Order: sequence, then structure tokens, then C-alpha cells
Amino acid sequence: MYVAVKGGDAAIAAAHAWLAEQRRGDKALPELSAAQLQEQLGLAVDRVMAEGSCHDRELAALAIKQARGDLIEAAFLLRAYRNTLTRFPAAEPVDTGAMRVRRRISATYKDMPGGQVLGPTFDYTHRLLDFALLAEGEAPLAPEEAEATGAPMPRVSEILAQEGLMRREPPGDGAPPPDLTRDPLPFPAPRALRLQSLARGDEGFLLGLGYSTQRGYGNAHPFVAELRMGEVEVLITPPELGFPISLGEITVTECQMVNQFAGRADTPPQFTRGYGLSLGHSERKAMAMALVDRALMARDLGEEVTAPAQDQEFVLLHADNVEATGFVEHLKLPHHVDFQSELEKLRSIRARWEAARDGVPEAAE
Amino acid sequence: MTDPGYNFAYLDEATKRMIRRALLKAIAIPGHQIPFGAREMPLPYGWGTGGIQVTASILGPDDTLKVIDQGADDTTNAVSIRRFFHRVAGVQVTTRTAEATIIQTRHRIPERPLTEGQVMVFQVPMPEPLFKLEPRLAETRRLHALGDYSLAQVKLYEDIARQGEGGSAYSHPVMVNHRYLMSPSPIPGFDNPKLHMSPALMLFGAGREKKIYAVPPYTSVVSLDFDDHPFRPVRAPHACAACGSTTSYLDEIVTDDRGGRMFVCSDTDHCAENQMARKAAE
Amino acid sequence: MKPAFTDPVLDAQAGFRALMEAMARPGCVQQVISPPDLPEGLEPAAAAAILTLADAETPLWTDAGEEARGWIAFHTGAPLVAEPASAMLLLNTGATMPELATLQAGEDETPQDGATLIRQVAGLSEGSGWRLTGPGIAHEHRLCATGMPADFPAQWRANAARFPCGVDVVLCAGAALAALPRSVALREGG
Ligand SMILES: [Zn+2]
Repeated sequence: MYVAVKGGDAAIAAAHAWLAEQRRGDKALPELSAAQLQEQLGLAVDRVMAEGSCHDRELAALAIKQARGDLIEAAFLLRAYRNTLTRFPAAEPVDTGAMRVRRRISATYKDMPGGQVLGPTFDYTHRLLDFALLAEGEAPLAPEEAEATGAPMPRVSEILAQEGLMRREPPGDGAPPPDLTRDPLPFPAPRALRLQSLARGDEGFLLGLGYSTQRGYGNAHPFVAELRMGEVEVLITPPELGFPISLGEITVTECQMVNQFAGRADTPPQFTRGYGLSLGHSERKAMAMALVDRALMARDLGEEVTAPAQDQEFVLLHADNVEATGFVEHLKLPHHVDFQSELEKLRSIRARWEAARDGVPEAAE
Repeated sequence: MTDPGYNFAYLDEATKRMIRRALLKAIAIPGHQIPFGAREMPLPYGWGTGGIQVTASILGPDDTLKVIDQGADDTTNAVSIRRFFHRVAGVQVTTRTAEATIIQTRHRIPERPLTEGQVMVFQVPMPEPLFKLEPRLAETRRLHALGDYSLAQVKLYEDIARQGEGGSAYSHPVMVNHRYLMSPSPIPGFDNPKLHMSPALMLFGAGREKKIYAVPPYTSVVSLDFDDHPFRPVRAPHACAACGSTTSYLDEIVTDDRGGRMFVCSDTDHCAENQMARKAAE
Repeated sequence: MKPAFTDPVLDAQAGFRALMEAMARPGCVQQVISPPDLPEGLEPAAAAAILTLADAETPLWTDAGEEARGWIAFHTGAPLVAEPASAMLLLNTGATMPELATLQAGEDETPQDGATLIRQVAGLSEGSGWRLTGPGIAHEHRLCATGMPADFPAQWRANAARFPCGVDVVLCAGAALAALPRSVALREGG
């Protein structure tokens, strides 16, 4: 006997109960705490903060736990939470020049004031599985907590700018910055909005796009002028006070890529800057962002727009993984009404095609 | 001592054989890119996996290995790769160009003239010399088959017309044995002439792009140029602050944030040798 | 079954370096390490070259005897093919050499698919014989190979004319080997 599928409520409740059970896993093993995730899966937490567009390590860790380690799902949870928060005045621009640097490298100079600071990095590690960690042995720890260096560290882009070789960014007009979360993106999008969009964009998508610019899809010749990671102070200026007060420190990763620009009749040949800034420690993201930022400047610089990474609409409308996962995954939703009409349409076209093939006059229909 | 958990030089023997067969064909067809089944390596793509796979396939217990990055033995990536081979192959390592039988390099050719007993292994990020002009691999493969390099010539011509000089400061493409256009890897143009009729064998490995190519010893290697605009290698017009060399390729070092600069040899071994010779002469 | 390399890893590495040097410096004679006890008809250099290069991915043609064929199949896993034209590697031990023009030469876009012919000859010596020029050779190099077909120089000219397509040849005598990559030009000595 045929029974139409019904009882959605019960099915959903059962599925969610099962999900909760799966999330917990084997109860013989201790449950993970959000604090453990924050401490021991810190880079996952940073990625979720960046793509969730919300600086809160504890909530990002909670989101990861709740999402069973699905980082896009976790970014989604955090983004959804963020939208419930009241928006305070815009913060002052963070001064990354005054960063308490934990890591700072330049690929363009062998040495420079402040030096190269490797910091905590996977670079130069051999990617061999460390079976000691599997045995739950403690890896040997750094002899002492590496302290952020106090030496002044001028930005490498400034060193080039002093020689007049760096394109000067057009000064701001003092108007409050546009806010991606309040108004939809206009096209062409100004750089401030492009950067906001890239900063919350999917790391994998930006990575692929940035990579494509290195492989000839977009005319990039990038150098990492500087990559720095550390703590910066967040300041706001409440209108009632009229002077900035500190909200505390956050960790950010900043990447400045320099790229050659051929120049135009009115502009000398010079270096241009691709800029990447990301919450937490996320170098891949900051670098990919800087590559894509530079590619998206093609239009402003009068360069030919030929590659996907240079196409504003293509990049900005597809970089958001919360949007993308929503739309891709919505294909799982029932579509049987649309599909039914599609089915009927196909049958009808098919009948006409078969009639034409067999030489039956259409009037026979 | 070698790490007992891994085969000598890390790669398994079947992988080495595959790479070795590709290397022999690469040598027989100078400058032609040969696709090979590049493996995942314990270092990330773009950090020298192609060079490492080539080195791992040719390296033997009698070899002495030198690894440089940007000309220097003490740069972090060079140190890392040297350690890797010391760990997985237990071979002798050196910083002296003269003592090395295999020199794996990123972005430089040593200043000291190479000899017949030496093999250079270049780490190559983008093996295709035409990729900025034509990113599609199926198309560039066709152009190489036809020997049609008009795209590159037109680009060079346009650069000359616009900037008064042609070509790239680094990765400037070369014609090998009058047949194939080849990327010399991102070495400065200054090093391009060292590829021409070198006594040493030059092997190129691109891991991420999965290509191997080679320049045999004593092979014609000519930088792409025009008769009326010959290729001109450039170096910073200074003497090395450490050894006084006026002929070596120099690194520019920023000494303060008020425009202070100094210049020193990029080839650290060459610089040290010069300094030693100077001391001995005093 | 007679054994293969005493040290399969390091002997293959040494064999490869000899082949690489030979290919990079055409006509320069190299010495190889070989298994101590070989099947009938197989000489040390040719045996080392086969152990170094052949495996399940290299269709192999040979005119060597039954014992040698069994030894190759067992130690390398190479599929033995009946037609020289289907082979990637050829081991030629007899007096008759397969015509170079009949072997795989690759295509314009994939010249690397050209075959490698390993041929045992009676003797190899430098300083007289063919005059070799081309990549790998500073000025001119001379190689004397005894036991080659009389029309080999003409076959080689036709092979070189197909460059970048073509066949590469490794000549072996006892524990010595020398190579002729397709890029090399060969003139008869005098
Ligand atoms: Zn010096």
C-alpha cells in the first residue's frame, strides 16, 4: 500500500537527535570543551572568526564544536549570531604599523630594520606525521614563551614609498566607511567594500583565485613585501567623548604584496599594493586576499580585465561561503513542483522530436 | 644517519624510476618540458618539491649536496631542504660551491664557474615560458610543437616600444639548442648567460606543475632578444660591502628607515671566498 | 633464478647516474655496477640499464634468449612485447638491430614518447670512430662502437632529422656504456 511521505516534524526531530549523538561521538571518550578547541585548534578558530566576520574566539570555538568541525557551518553559526548584535560606532583604523609583532617576514629584502621574525610557523617544517602526538606524547615546547619583539618595524611598503616607487593610496574623504553588512554591494564596488567582502570571503575560494593570477589568469607578478602577525589595539571614538578609547587588543594578520604596474601617460611605472588583512593568525587568507585585491584593481588602473580574478562581480558575488553553501545546498530542498513542470515540458518536446524523426505530421497531435 | 622509516632519499624506487626515465628524455630533448607524475612531498608545493624530487632521484651516497635559495646557503628554505636530505639520505652536505656534486637552487646560479662534475637542480615554480601570454596548457604545448614563439617576440617588442627596454628582470625566457623556448626559472637575467655552454648539467623540476626539463652541458642557451636590442643582464651598480666584488650579483639591504641601503653578494659562498682571498693577500 | 642488483636501491642509483652522464655527454663511456651472475647472453652494462629503467610501466622488446627474458620479467615486471614498434624500451643483444625508423619516435607535442634502444655491441672506445657534435659536447667527441650495422650512420641521420621526435640509443659493451641521444649529430670518422 502506498503511503505519501508525511510527518516532517517527527522526522526532523529524529534527525537532529541523531546529529547530536553523532556530534558527541563515543561517550567513553572525554567531551571536548570550547576552551580546548580555542587553545589547541586555534587556527580553525581564527578561520571561523574571519569568515564568520566576528572577533570572538570563545564563540568561534563553540561554533566549531557545535558544527562537528565543519568550518563553513561554524562560520555560518557565528555570522548568524553576529547579525543579532547592536552595531556601535565604527572603530578607528587599526594601526598595524604599531603592531606588537609575533611574526614578520619580507620576501623582497634579505634584511631590513626590525629584521625577519619567523615566529610560530609551519614554514620550513617537514610535513611528516609526528606519531608522538598520536601517542598523546607532549611535543617538546619552546624553551620560553617567545615575546613579541619591541624593535621598531617600519612597514616595508613605506621603505619603497620613500623612494617614490610605491603608488600612493588615494586619501580617504573623511566620510564614514561604507558597510557591507548594511547595504548590498554596488558595482563597480569601491575598494573599501571590496576589502570588506574579501576579508570575510572563503579562504579556499580566494586561494584558488589568487593562485590563478600567478598562473597567467590575470597579469600578476607579486612579491610579498611584508607579512606580519601580532596584536593591534582597537580604538573607538565615542561622539560624546570626542577622543579615542581602547577596547582592547586583537590578533590580526596583514599582508602587503607589491606588484609592478606598467604606468600610463599620466602615471609613472611603479609598484602597486595588494592588501590583505584577516582576523587572527591566517596567513594563507591574508596572502590570497592581497593577490585578489590587486587583481581587482585592474579596472581602476586602466588595465585590461581578462581573467576571473579581475572581474569584480565574479569574485565578490561568489566569495562568501555562507551565501555559496546556502545556495548550493538548497538544491537538497524539495523541488518537485518545478520538477514536475520540467518533466511535462521535456515529455512534450521529446514527443515532438520523435514525431519529426518518424516523419509524422505535427497535426496528428 | 638516514631515517630508517623511509627509503633512501625519501622517494620509493618506482617513483624514482619514473622520474629518472623522464630525466633521460629531458636531456635528450633539451629545453622540452616533460610531464611527470609529481608526488606529494613533505614540503608544500611551491617550496621546491620539483627540485627535491629531481634531487632525490639522482642523489647517491657519494654525492656532496649544496642547497641555496636566493644565492645563499643560510636562507631558511635552503636550510630546511638541506636538512631534509641529510635526514633521509644521510649524504654529505656543504656550503662550498667547489665541493658540491649536486647543487639544488632556487633563483640563482652560483658565481663560481661550474664544472663538468656538477649537476645543478633548479626549483621551478612556472615551467611554461609562455604562461603570461597564453595560460592554456593545451595551446602552449601546440605552440612548442610548432616552434611558434611569435607571442613572446611580440610581447618583447611591445615592452621595448613602451619602456625602451625589453624583457623581464628575472625569468627571462631563453632559446635552448635553437629549438625550444624555456623558462630558466626565476633567476635574475644576470644569471642567464651562465646557462650557455656550461660544463655542468642543468636539471629543472616543477612539482606543482608536474614538469621536468633539462639543459645538457655545452648547449646553446640564448636569452630571447632582438639584434638591435640585445639582452642586457643587469646588476646593482655597486661593490659588495663585505668583499668588494664589483662583478657579483648583489642583494640590497635596507639598513634604516631613512633611505639607508647597503649591497652585499647574494652568493654567500662566493662572498666568503672573496673575503678569505682578500685576507690572505693582506 | 639468478639475482638482480646486490643493493637494489644504491646500485640502481649508480646505474642511473651512469646513464644520465652518458646521455648528457654523448659518446663518453661510463662504467656500471652489475649483478654478479647474469643470464646467458646478457652483459653487465645492458643488464644494469634494464634493471635501472624497466618496470611494469615500460613495455619492453628484446631478442635475448629465454633465460634472459624470464630474468627481466621476474626482476622488473616489464610487460614483454613481440613487436619492436610497441616497445618503450628495447634490449637488442643479437647481431641484427631493429631499424630505428620502425620504432616509436613520439609525436610533435610528445616527443618524449620516443623509444630507448639499448644495444649490446662488441666494443666501445673513445678517441676514434664516429665524430659526434651537439648538445653535451663542447667541440667534438669521438666514439668507436664495434659491431654496428653498416648503414647505422644513415639511419641516425634520418632519426636526427625527425628531431624533436626520435629514438635514443644506449650502446653497451661489457660493463661499459655510452649513449646517443637523438639531439646528437653523427658523422663517420676519418
Ligand atoms: Zn661579497
